[in-house]
Amino acid sequence: MPKGEIVLGCLAPHPPHVVYAENPEQNEPVSEGGWETLRWGYNRLARKLKSIDYDALVIFTPHWQTYIGTHFLGLPEFKSKSVDPVFPNIFRYNYDIKVDVDLAEKMREKASEHGIITKMMRNQDFRVDYGTITSCHMLNPDWDKPIVTISSNRNAHYYSAEVMNEQAAALGRACAEAIEESGKKVVMISSHSLSHRHFVTESPLPEDMSREHIYNHSQYVWDMKLVDLMRNGKMRELIDILPEFTEQTIAETEAGGLTWMMSAMGFPEYSAEIYGYQSVIGTGNLVAAWDPNGVTREIVL
Amino acid sequence: MMEESEVLFGIYCPPHPQPLLSPDASPGYAKLRQAFETCRERIEQSDADLIIVYSTTWPSIIGHQIQAHPEPEWTHVDDDFHYLGSMPYKFRMDVDFAECLRDSAKDRGLHSRTIAYEGFPIDTGSVVALKLLNPDNRIPACIVSSNMYANRSETIVLGKSIRDALSKQKKKAVVVVVSSLSNRMFTEHIDPVEDRIHSPKDDEWNRKILEFFADGRLEDLSQLSREIHGQIRVQKVVAYKPAWWMAATMGQHNNYDGEVLAYEALHGSGGAVVTLTPSSGSVGDKEFDEDDVEYYHGDRDVLNKGML
Repeated sequence: MPKGEIVLGCLAPHPPHVVYAENPEQNEPVSEGGWETLRWGYNRLARKLKSIDYDALVIFTPHWQTYIGTHFLGLPEFKSKSVDPVFPNIFRYNYDIKVDVDLAEKMREKASEHGIITKMMRNQDFRVDYGTITSCHMLNPDWDKPIVTISSNRNAHYYSAEVMNEQAAALGRACAEAIEESGKKVVMISSHSLSHRHFVTESPLPEDMSREHIYNHSQYVWDMKLVDLMRNGKMRELIDILPEFTEQTIAETEAGGLTWMMSAMGFPEYSAEIYGYQSVIGTGNLVAAWDPNGVTREIVL
Repeated sequence: MMEESEVLFGIYCPPHPQPLLSPDASPGYAKLRQAFETCRERIEQSDADLIIVYSTTWPSIIGHQIQAHPEPEWTHVDDDFHYLGSMPYKFRMDVDFAECLRDSAKDRGLHSRTIAYEGFPIDTGSVVALKLLNPDNRIPACIVSSNMYANRSETIVLGKSIRDALSKQKKKAVVVVVSSLSNRMFTEHIDPVEDRIHSPKDDEWNRKILEFFADGRLEDLSQLSREIHGQIRVQKVVAYKPAWWMAATMGQHNNYDGEVLAYEALHGSGGAVVTLTPSSGSVGDKEFDEDDVEYYHGDRDVLNKGML
């Protein structure tokens, strides 16, 4: 069996607003659009994914928060409705998700070998989080590939952003080993915003783009610092300063997704593909990808 | 604006699912379950029109959300404790009160909205509390969220809005705060029989808080809230808000009969079931040194002031 490999890594933010704006049949609310810079970037990345041969999407989500170890979805199918607890007015999505349980179990086994506390989630009534659904929908709206969802253990809450970085990096190494041994081609997804301060009020029409902007300028400056490092292929440096970024912008990187993905991919020294940056209810959101294949790697923006 | 309202008594209880799903897994969980049962009986014996739940496991961002679906129904599963089983529920909400509370909150400057969607994910803490305290839906309920960015003034104003709404509707309520004391859990899976408070420091702080509760010193606890947050609360949110909300909703004083019905570990965190009943006696030996607040004025816009 040939070795498995990571064929693409995606930074895929999950504000439910982008699904709402797309008006897919699975989502009940109807919009007049909005957040095009982000959505059109997503659409282009989704087209690239269509041109790549892969077996599964593996996603690390901040909205399945666990404090007792790292958990993995462990049943082959989940079918239900996801209603966003924060934005139920814009996200009520009927989902039917297939899970690559073999790959999930392999990752759990490897993570356990690395000393990480783990648990398989095998309760059929469990509701898949909206972070997983939003990022996966935007990257693969046909839902024609199985996924693996990994919970985010909240090390940043219990210890510090530095400990989060170490633990997420260890989980990334374990997942990379599991992928290699599985023989599968995998797309990794780190599902989160960058800066993450929200407005606490909402305009009557959520997609009113005249009201949308970053929460404050310092958040924007930090976000651009990270984008520059990504463009210049300095992912090791980026991960090194991530604790400070996380603290200063209350960033969603606190969950560990970006560190997990970069560690699994060996901290790329090549340029990230930048697909789009836009604020959503004040938070900073970037769609980006890391393509290990130098032939297909692009300068997008 | 605010008139005397009828809060019959208050309950402080933990959000973890063990007392509901696995009460026999440890003697401690069984004691907590029994304490919930005692509270259920007291609610049944009261002439409450309404149960109002403030749950720390329902975070909101867009202001303060209020559950207003008349009969929310779903099967809930906890993110961490999914292996303990599912929690099917069907509750009865007081929609009139929810709408009145939304308007009362707006009158005091808060951003507030009702939530009434099929399938909305009611949180673990609210599900546990309502299933154990009001299993037959004999009394309608109202659930309010805990805004993750809200601090003291906003939370106190929210509590006062609830008193306003009770006064307007001339309803008598039992108020329920769903929150741990210390909230640091063990980060590995444990045998429930060996469950204990995560550290002696957490245990000592919990017991000190319970002394205050037993003495009916709720306003004193409210004044100590920031200190409690720094000492024994994992820094998930900006502040320890339950004492602020409970004190504001129950009248901001120390005149209560307090009773600690149980105090046990829940995977390392501090789980207590406490009741507070308004009384005439007072134990107050602290000076209240933070301003009271009647109206929420929103962000102070400090970032745009004093710029060079």
